[in-house]
Amino acid sequence: MKPFAFERARDVDHALSLAAVSPGARFLAGGTNLLDLMKLEIEQPPRLIDVGRLPLADIAETAGGGLRIGALATNTAVASDPKVRSRYPALARAILAGGSVQLRNKATVGGNLMQRTRCPYFMDAAKPCNKRLPGSGCSAMDGLSSTLALFGASEMCIAVSPSDMSVALAAFDAVAETVRADGSVQRRSVETLHRLPGEAPQVDTDLAPDELILAVELPPPPEGGQAWRKVRARASYTGALASVAVAGDRVALGAVAARPWRARAAEAALADGASPAEAAAAELASAEGEDGRKALVRRLAADVIRQAREGVGS
Amino acid sequence: MSTVRDWAAPNPVTENRSGLIGKPVDRYEGRLKVTGTAPYAYEVETPAPPLFGHIVSSTLARGRIASVDISAAEAAPGVVRVWTHLNVPAQAARGTRLNPRSQRASNPALESDRVEHYGQSVAFVLADTPENARAAGGLVRITYEAESADLDFLSSLDQAGPAPGEEDARIGDFEAGYTASEVTVDATWFSPLQNHAQMEPCATTAWWEGDKVVVHTSIQMVKGGQHALAETLGVPSDRVRLFTRYIGGGFGGKGQSYDDLTLAALGARETGRPVRVAYTRQQMFQATIHRPAVQMRVRLGADRSGRLNAMALEAVTHCARNAPFVEHAANFARNLYAAPNRLTGHRLVRLDIPHAGAMRAPGEAPGMLSLECAMDELAETLGLDPIELRIRNEPEVDPDNAKPFSVRQLVRCMQEGAQQFGWERRNPVPGAVREGRWYVGMGMATAIRGNFLLPAKAGLRLTGDGVATLTQGMTDIGTGTYTILAQITGETLGLTLDQVRVELGDSDMPPAPGSGGQFGAATAGSAAYETGMVMRRRLAELAAGDPRSPLYGEDPTLMDFANGNIVLGNRSESLAALAARAGPEGVYVEGGISPAADARDWSQHTYGAQFAEVGVDSVTGEVRLRRMFGVFAAGRILNAKLAKSQITGGMIWGVGAALTESNPVDPRYGSFLHQDLGGYLAPVHADIVNLDAVLLDEADDKANPMGIKGVGELGICGAGAAIANAVYNACGVRLRDYPLTPDKVLAALEAKGL
Ligand SMILES: Cc1cc2nc3c(=O)[nH]c(=O)nc-3n(C[C@H](O)[C@H](O)[C@H](O)COP(=O)(O)OP(=O)(O)OC[C@H]3O[C@@H](n4cnc5c(N)ncnc54)[C@H](O)[C@@H]3O)c2cc1C
Ligand code: SF4
Repeated sequence: MKPFAFERARDVDHALSLAAVSPGARFLAGGTNLLDLMKLEIEQPPRLIDVGRLPLADIAETAGGGLRIGALATNTAVASDPKVRSRYPALARAILAGGSVQLRNKATVGGNLMQRTRCPYFMDAAKPCNKRLPGSGCSAMDGLSSTLALFGASEMCIAVSPSDMSVALAAFDAVAETVRADGSVQRRSVETLHRLPGEAPQVDTDLAPDELILAVELPPPPEGGQAWRKVRARASYTGALASVAVAGDRVALGAVAARPWRARAAEAALADGASPAEAAAAELASAEGEDGRKALVRRLAADVIRQAREGVGS
Repeated sequence: MSTVRDWAAPNPVTENRSGLIGKPVDRYEGRLKVTGTAPYAYEVETPAPPLFGHIVSSTLARGRIASVDISAAEAAPGVVRVWTHLNVPAQAARGTRLNPRSQRASNPALESDRVEHYGQSVAFVLADTPENARAAGGLVRITYEAESADLDFLSSLDQAGPAPGEEDARIGDFEAGYTASEVTVDATWFSPLQNHAQMEPCATTAWWEGDKVVVHTSIQMVKGGQHALAETLGVPSDRVRLFTRYIGGGFGGKGQSYDDLTLAALGARETGRPVRVAYTRQQMFQATIHRPAVQMRVRLGADRSGRLNAMALEAVTHCARNAPFVEHAANFARNLYAAPNRLTGHRLVRLDIPHAGAMRAPGEAPGMLSLECAMDELAETLGLDPIELRIRNEPEVDPDNAKPFSVRQLVRCMQEGAQQFGWERRNPVPGAVREGRWYVGMGMATAIRGNFLLPAKAGLRLTGDGVATLTQGMTDIGTGTYTILAQITGETLGLTLDQVRVELGDSDMPPAPGSGGQFGAATAGSAAYETGMVMRRRLAELAAGDPRSPLYGEDPTLMDFANGNIVLGNRSESLAALAARAGPEGVYVEGGISPAADARDWSQHTYGAQFAEVGVDSVTGEVRLRRMFGVFAAGRILNAKLAKSQITGGMIWGVGAALTESNPVDPRYGSFLHQDLGGYLAPVHADIVNLDAVLLDEADDKANPMGIKGVGELGICGAGAAIANAVYNACGVRLRDYPLTPDKVLAALEAKGL
């Protein structure tokens, strides 16, 4: 770990003004991702701005009948909130499928959205990785890792986002509200918060360095069933090989792209009266990657869509 | 030398009058561990503020260090020393044995510019804090000259050679027997490279007292560690005092010392300060040993009734080029089933990767994943129940050497297991049971693992407060050694557990071989028992010879021990009083155990039967264990709770081997894919929903005076095979490439059109 300065933000303005004058600084929330990466010298911020005690942990209903979840609400708090559980059960399930209870107790909504990929070559500072060291190459391309992108990858990077929560948020059309030091507030769709790698995989999101996520807002849940499922070799405490969130007629896929992947082709097919299996196949038609991975996502998506329609719990 | 006959007479442990033997008492050191106050090697108090060391690992698989630049590291905050092969203090050349009796030879760190595997130590930094040491480690600049390296096991199989000093074991004529058989199975299984993944990384705290070094380290073998360090430093072993009191898991991976021990000792000597060194989680994977990959071809030939006529298990495994090790995956098959024509053996591929070595149940753990599935395949071909097939091949004597069994309850394990598990509810037709989207199936396998007794000693002191303190250069790697030694000592002397203390893990104490090969309890425990018996004789003689004792003048051989007293008829005296009269030091004796001269005249093993029920997700290919149950026979049980915890822990290892654990070598770099516990998938609580085990009543009077045997490794044996057989029964796909991860299961389901 490289030496770094540490500052605890008194309030949001303090956090933002510190960020504005500290190039390379990072906000520290639960620390469950950032500190691990710092120990491995994958992240080397000269300064940490601790936002963990800012009063941004409320979960409240919005005037429009939706829900506003503060960026510092812990994963555990969100998953156990009665409003979330009753109206957005797919979100509660997605969060509960993440990490272990110890991690969820520390992990925050903002940190979960912003966590970095768990591509094993990204996590090993000795290996070429365009995301960590631009231009060094991509070790995953001919590598051994099993969870590679099926959608939206580039020649530069084929890593996936490991966030489970954001898959459900994308299916609910959630929006992240951010603020910058100059006071400007932005509303960014969770679905597209993360950039696709393109030529610059080192840039995860469009957020400016001094841009702090304040909250995530969910519109009222859509009509129709919800379902969530995550596939993994062991029953807990590991990232998804693939996941699917369904909310009404919206479908999002997880661990298949650098962002939660809204399955627009599948949604369109469903709107045209396709069966779940046909809809899943329509989405996978544009997938690029290994056949086994495609088969897994196709079968999973079809089954979870079917399940949501039949209204059976997962 | 004694013979097993000498052990046959009843003794305090086998009589078990106060019932301490077998009692499920809590762990002796349990409170310290759950309150976080047991000082592990990295945490022991030091006589002065310590320095912290960080080891820098190579990122090359094979070649040489072309250049090093330590200037930035030396200039970094808090840094006290930076060493590479160019400036590390002198150590004895690798393999030196100044003392021919040393159990381990010199094992120098940073010895030369040669790099022989990824993750090898190439530099060492000492600094005032662990953070500064690690940060400076990142500033050491090393350039390498790479050389060609053999890194991939499966593509190097054609280079497999004989295992050093070994020949195939042949009985009868396998080829002829196999060819003549009415029914055959011929298939090949693969078990991948696995890591121990101990909770506690290897770590050492060291300081010098004059010309003597004191080290606290995490190692399974006290003498091995002491001797390795002494030889490396080039000093007699009595100049090394090694402590290893609490160990956060070993599993074979800490059977030897690593560079943390050497560099901590050298660092402390050169700076005059105590030094702490620990490997990082990431380093643990490649800087220490692993279980090698094994490819196993099994051929079975039987008649239509299911009697085996020919049986072969041929294993190919790997090791590091200059560190020979053989995973004896075929050995267990020599003693398991009857068959007149037999062939077993091992071939070895040498690779330029980290060192392969012993990991819990070396041999059986991967080996049984093949033969026990082959037996399932044969049973299906014959239309026989898998248990019935095994019973038909139950041998009268050991099929390898015609020796009688000391005791063998394998059939009883299978039958009781079948009954308690509900085996009769298994539908033999694969894929026939469906619950929602889950295919459900059951499988079974047997377990066998050798039993061993090694020479060991112990010391025992009785003091005037009536407390007996057992001292032994033994280790407790989390298995419960402290506890069972207290139980044995208490029962032998007629004391309660709060009148017994146990002190372990100190090279100045009477030596024991340490923990490994499931020999620990039998070996250390028998030494403790024998030492207790020496103490009884000494105390009886003291009483008989002391006019102040109420037992004065009586025959010491008739005296008995109970309730803290020495007793004869209606006269008695407390042990406390006896010890107090002997002086302020009380009474101290030493004793020990050695293997009986004729112990090897019997075939001695532990046995079991494993049963598993799994669900296979028909959509995704995920396999989830639903239920697992095992019945085991492993001699007299010293502590029902700890033995069961060892056995069920072993079964859980089998779950990992079957379903999740594997660490592939990246053929481009020679590194392992997974370098943390988020990536290397050992089972977690959610994987183990319903798992239980029963230990049969047994005493093996050929094993040792107490009739006990080891339980530490038996639980793994066959566990994974039972799961693989259950997967087949659930969904009808035979997968022989472990672990059975969703991608492989799904590919097989898709191939069947499911
Ligand atoms: C072993 C392990 C297993 C895991 N398994 C899963 C899993 O199965 N599924 C899953 O989804 N996740 C998993 N995780 C990841 C875990 O969910 C994340 O580490 C966690 O959500 C991050 O939240 P945090 O508050 O700790 O973030 P931090 O570590 O504090 O920060 C992470 C990043 O987010 C930034 N950040 C934090 N808050 C804000 C904010 N308000 N505005 C802008 N930027 C911000 C930080 O600057 C940093 O770059 C796992 C993690 C571990 C260690
Ligand atoms: S996939 Fe992306 S993160 Fe992984 S090694 Fe390639 S560039 Fe790095």
